[in-house]
Formats: sequence, C-alpha cells, structure tokens
Amino acid sequence: MWEHLRDLFLTYESTLGYIGLNSLLALSVYATLSCGQLALSNAGFMAIGAYGATLLTLDAGASFPLALAGGVLLPAAVAVPLGLPVLRLRGVFLAIATIGFGEVVRLGLVNWDHVNGAQGIVAIPQKTSLWTIGLALAVVLFVLARLRGSKWGFALEAIRQDEPAARTMGIPTTAYKLAMLVLGAAIAGLAGGLEAHFTFMVAPNGFSFARVVDMLVFAVVGGTARFWGPVLGATFLTLLPEALRDLAPLVGIEPGPLRLAVNGLVLLGVILFLPNGLASLPDRLRARRRRAAPELAA
Amino acid sequence: MTALLAVERLERVFGGVRAVDGASFELREGEIHGLIGPNGAGKTTAINVISGLLRPTGGAVRLAGRGIHGLPPHRIAALGVARTFQNIRLFPDLSARDNVLVGAHLVRRASLAARLLVLPAAREEERGARARAGELLERIGLSARADDHARNLSYGEQRRVEIARALAAEPRLLLLDEPTAGMNPVEVQAVAALIRSVAAGGRSVLLIEHNVKLVMDVCDRITVLDFGKVIAEGPPAAVAKDPAVITAYLGSGT
Amino acid sequence: MGQQIVNGLFLGSIYALFALGYTLVFGVLDILNLAHAAVFMLACFVALLLVGSAHLHILAALPLAVLAAGILGLVLERVAFRPLRGRANANLSGLISSLAVAIVFEAIALELWGPNVERFPFGTLPAGDPIPFLGAEISRLQLTTIGVAVLFFVALTWLVTRTRLGREIRAVAESPRAARVLGVNVDRVIAASFFISSALGGAAGVLYGLAYNAIAPDMGRSVELKGLAVIVLGGMGSMPGAVIAGFALGLSEVFVVAHFGASYRDVVSFAGLFLILVLRPRGLLGAASLREA
Repeated sequence: MWEHLRDLFLTYESTLGYIGLNSLLALSVYATLSCGQLALSNAGFMAIGAYGATLLTLDAGASFPLALAGGVLLPAAVAVPLGLPVLRLRGVFLAIATIGFGEVVRLGLVNWDHVNGAQGIVAIPQKTSLWTIGLALAVVLFVLARLRGSKWGFALEAIRQDEPAARTMGIPTTAYKLAMLVLGAAIAGLAGGLEAHFTFMVAPNGFSFARVVDMLVFAVVGGTARFWGPVLGATFLTLLPEALRDLAPLVGIEPGPLRLAVNGLVLLGVILFLPNGLASLPDRLRARRRRAAPELAA
Repeated sequence: MTALLAVERLERVFGGVRAVDGASFELREGEIHGLIGPNGAGKTTAINVISGLLRPTGGAVRLAGRGIHGLPPHRIAALGVARTFQNIRLFPDLSARDNVLVGAHLVRRASLAARLLVLPAAREEERGARARAGELLERIGLSARADDHARNLSYGEQRRVEIARALAAEPRLLLLDEPTAGMNPVEVQAVAALIRSVAAGGRSVLLIEHNVKLVMDVCDRITVLDFGKVIAEGPPAAVAKDPAVITAYLGSGT
Repeated sequence: MGQQIVNGLFLGSIYALFALGYTLVFGVLDILNLAHAAVFMLACFVALLLVGSAHLHILAALPLAVLAAGILGLVLERVAFRPLRGRANANLSGLISSLAVAIVFEAIALELWGPNVERFPFGTLPAGDPIPFLGAEISRLQLTTIGVAVLFFVALTWLVTRTRLGREIRAVAESPRAARVLGVNVDRVIAASFFISSALGGAAGVLYGLAYNAIAPDMGRSVELKGLAVIVLGGMGSMPGAVIAGFALGLSEVFVVAHFGASYRDVVSFAGLFLILVLRPRGLLGAASLREA
C-alpha cells in the first residue's frame, strides 16, 4: 500500500511542487493588489531571484539557504529604486511601467552572455524539495495572515479603497505601497530561486509577460479578499490542466489550446460573475441564502 | 494668544479659476469656527489645502505657528489635523467599527514585531483599539451598527461615522466639511451636541456648513467666504447682520 | 541612411496603426484593452485563410480581414467590457477581462492553426521592382504598407473631425455622463469605437504578417508591449500622439539595430517607456494627469 502511495506521490510530485510555487507567485502579486496597486513586475523580480540564486549556487558555491537568501534579497533591493518613481503613477500607468520593467529584465538576461542569453542555464542542482516549498509557503502565508487584520493590514485596505482619504488619516501611503512592492518582490524572488533548483534550469522566456499574467490570473481567480484566496486560485489553475489532459481527446480539442481556452474562460467567468474570486463563494452563498430567507438571518 | 490655525493670504488657482483668492482668517484654540459662504465660495478648496490634499498656489497655512502648506496629507494629519469630506469618503467595504479603527492609525501603539511573533501584547493592543472604536461609535449613537458595512448605512449614519473616524485620531484640529448635509433636524441637533462636546474636550473645530441656523448656534466665530475672498469675520451675531454677507449669501440653509 | 528612414517609416506605420487602435479605446473608455494584440493576430490569420484557401488577392483579403477584426472588436466589447460598466474598479476588471478574451482568442488560433509559424503563399506580396526613393529603395510591400496606413490615418481623421459619430466619440471620451445627457447613445458609440479600434489593429496585423511573413498565435506578443510603449510615449488617449510616437519608435528601432545590433532593438521601446513614465508621464501630446491625488 505504501509503495502505491509513494508511486502516486512521485508521479504528482511535480504537480504538487508547482501548486506550491504558483501559490507563492500568486501571493507575490496579491501583496501589491492588497493595497490597490496593479504592479506587474513580478516576473522580472522572479527572474532576478531565480538567476541570483542560481549564480550563487553555481558560481559562488553557496549553500542552498544562502542562495535562496540571495534570491530573496536581490529583487527586494531592486524593488526600491523601481518603486519610488513608479508607485506615484496611477492605475494603468503603473501596470504599464511594471510590465516594461519585467521586459527590461528579460531582455537584459537574453543579452547577457554569462548566463547563456536566451538558452539559459541548465543542470542546476536539484535542491528544492516539496518540504522546502511547503515551508516557504507556510512562512509567507503566516506573515500575510498576521498582516491582515492588524493596524497595517487595515491601513493597506484603506489605501486600496480610498488612498487620498487614507492619507488624511496619517497613513504614509507611498511608504506602505513601497513596502508591499518590496515584499511581493521578495516572495517572487523566493519562488524563482526555489523553482530554479526544482526544475534544474532557468531561461529568460520563463519570465516573460505571460508569466506575470499567469500570476495575476491565479490571484484574481482565487480572490484577493482573503489572504489565502491566491493559494486557492493557484491550486485550482495548476490542477486544471492535469484534469483537462484526460478530457481533451473526448472533446476533440488539443490539450494545449484546451487548457488555454479553459484558463481564459475561467478568468472571464470569475471577473464577470464572481469578481471577488473563488474565495468569495462562501460569502456569496451565505448572502443569497440570507436574502432568500430573511427570518433565518442571525 | 496665538492662533491654532492661521490661514494667511491663501491662494489656490485652477487653470483660470481663483478658487481661493487671498483669504486670511484665524482659528483660536478650543474654538468652534464656522466657514460659510455661497456655493463655489472656495470653502472645500480651502479645507483641501489645509489638510494637504492640495498645494496652495500662494499664501501660507500655519498650525500653531508652524507652516504646514505644501506638506503631504499624512504629515499634516500627524501634526493633529483630522477631517471629514463633503461627499462622504468612508471605506465602503469596511464596517463602521473598522472605519473608525483606521482613523485611529496615528494613535495606535501597535508593534509589528509583537504582531508577527503573536505576542499577547499585540492582542491586548488590538482589543484596546477596538474598544476605543466602540466607545466612539457609542458616543455617536451607532453601536448597534458597528459591524455593518459602511455602504449599507444610511446617509446620516455615514456622516456620523465619518466624524467618529476623524475623532479616533484624537486631533487638535477637526475639519468638518458639511457634516449635516442631508440630515433631518433631529440628527442635526445630535451633531451640534457632538461638536460642542468635542470642543469642550479641548479640541478645535473648523466647521463648513450650509445650515445657517446650526452655524449660528454652535460657532464661536465665523468667517464668510465669497468667490474665494473673506468678506466678513466675527461672532455669529455680527456676521448675521453684516450687509456684505446678506448680499452675497442669499438665504440658504435650513 | 535613406534606407533606414524608409525601413523606419515602414515599421513605424505598422506600430502607428496598432497604437492608434489602442489609444482610441483608452481615450474613450479609460481602459486598456489587452485583447488588441490578439485581434491583431487573428486578423492576420483570417487574411492568410482568405489568400491561402480562398485564393483571394491580398488587396481583397485585407479589407475583409479588417472587417473581421472590427467584428471581433464588437464581440469583445459586448462580452468583456459592457457587463463591467458601472463597476467601481472597472479599470482593473476591464484589463483582466480583456486579458481573458485574449487568452481565449489565442487558444482558438492555436486550435485552428497549431503553434507553428505559417507563411503567406508565394506570390501574395505585391510584385514589382523596388522604387528608388531618397537615395534608397522602397519595396512595393513597404509602399503598400505605408500607403494603407496613411489611408487609415486620413480616414480616421475625417471620421473624428467631420462626422457626427466622431463628435459623439469625442464627447464620450470627455465625459460619458455628459454625453448621455446630451442625447448620445453611449453604448453605440463605445461599440463603434471598439469596431474602429479593432479594425485598425487588424490592419496592422495583416501588414505585420506580410512584412515579416511569420504568422503564429503568439505573434502579437512583442507588438502588444511595444504598442503600450508607443501610446504612453505619444500620450494616452491622443491619436496624433500615437501616430507620431509610432513612427518615432519605428525609426528609432531601425537606427538602433543598424548601429548597435539586433539584440538591442527592444531595448529602445522599453527604456523609452520607462524614461517617459518617470520624467513625463503625460507623454508627448497627452493631457490627463497621471499621478495620484
């Protein structure tokens, strides 16, 4: 029986690992979304973390924890000079500027010979286990959970709902937004470092605009009203392709396009009908039940 | 005695419009000071400049002698200025209590380390903060609605929560922008009593209002604006008889 | 040098067309339509289909593909944008729902044509010798492209300045509420704007496909991001800005590649984007304030 479970585990190790990594990435986007900023720079931060950790391992012979620490601190440091000018920009312009940043990082890597440019680096020692990913995710979730409902969590929520009003209450909104950008960068960098040592390779095209779009989709589908929403979204959308792989031949559509189409339709459905994501489903059902039978309301 | 708030030849120009045009007035400590004038007189613009949401294009604003013009809003708030908004800006997705909690941001003594390490001190601080928020809601008579989302409250209730939220910051100076707009006479009286008790507690209040009766009843002194300029200043009785005021201000308010 | 100018104008006209569509929707709805590049791509595939399977001449296929793109724009507006109108955070939701539709469009292309690069059949391109110009040569394709682009610019200018629809579009861009009060059918105007915007994107797509002769479901990727750079540079919501910035980008890219090498081509757009957003977010001709209160 145990062998059976172990085989099952090995088959799905990669999927489980990706659920964890994607959850981290979704949470990194959530960090800035929670204060109302649509910052799409996290593919760039992830790349900095991934390559940073990789170079520390391969060039400097650093231990895994040290390499990961580098993968966390480097993007966090970069986030500061990026954030200062860019967080002043309104909504869509912040999005565009951060997309631009991500592209600049990717292009920089493509043109950097030391890391083999577009081909990337392979044969990175596999040091990431499911435990490491799980631990990382637990720590990040803990920090985010503690933030939520605290004085700073409320301040972030206030910034999201009405930034100028929040400022008149003494909340230094730029500093807070910068802090969340840095936090998101650190989380994305951590995920990057972990992924590099999980899949043994890094390449610039793994950190394109499409990557940050994925992260955003995980966070939005899961819902950002709860700190664990993004994890839900990441889990759902990582498992979906696996489930669809078997469905594809039945429906007569190739698995690749099918996965993409379902991703798009799920996202569209969520935005149109469940804008606060899957995590808001229990609230919605409760509200509907309350509307249907008001006398049953608490 | 030095004025708590001194507005000196304040100017704020938008394109071609001189919304505030060389206005000067003073507010003394512990005073309830009315700021009235016809629509478009520049009252809300003046408050927006005082609270830091706008920069003046000329003139100065001093709080207890110190220039605050040009400072960002959160710095001005930290110096003891809190405000409400003409078109109500509560956080719609937060409860009444949570709105007031956010207002207490400056005075809360919470430690991030304690919160992250789940120390009991963090829980105590939060309990204390929530209790104080509850007290403020009690003071405005809305304890029963404390956990309702702000957007589900009635107009009058929202305005009162906004005042409670501003009070949560324990400000030296409270800027109220039309706090009784849309309220019925009973609610207006409640707000009047609240304003008096706030001043009795040592805070100063700058009150923008269209409800002339309220302003006359509650204010110690009144400044009248028209087209961005001060056209009268003084105790209510004097201002009410001032011919310039009567001309400019064609009997609005309840 | 003259050749670089020609090449720059050629590339620039495609960027300008694409950016014009982007900026039109942004000007009217204050929303970034991230499905624009997907429409760009699908239009090119439609042209490929018409030329390859239906054996139409490219000059007949182009308007039909443009029409198809416009229709896709109408669908897009109806499905992804209209249901969101009136929502508090319409900008973010609109962005995301357009992204969702873009993903679906790309999936459709992948399913119908597969991920491999397709090419227009031999003989699609306008035949004939290049024409001398400014000491260099301008190919028939380049001439056609620039010509088509200029035609669209002129048509659009005429539409916006001299027709009733154009006035209504400008009114809605200024203030939808005021426009409605004045009797403008805002829904119809927005739909029309999407039609035009997508038609422009579609035209850019076909021309781009002809220029590079590499048609694939992900062909919109790099143009999408460059299009963003162009509209920011030109000023969000400004149509003349989009055209000027589009040509500026095309020319800059060609010069940079000629003098520094191909790998630096994309640096131009993104570095430029960055500098502009930090130094002059308004762009060259933009109006609206971009900073927070």
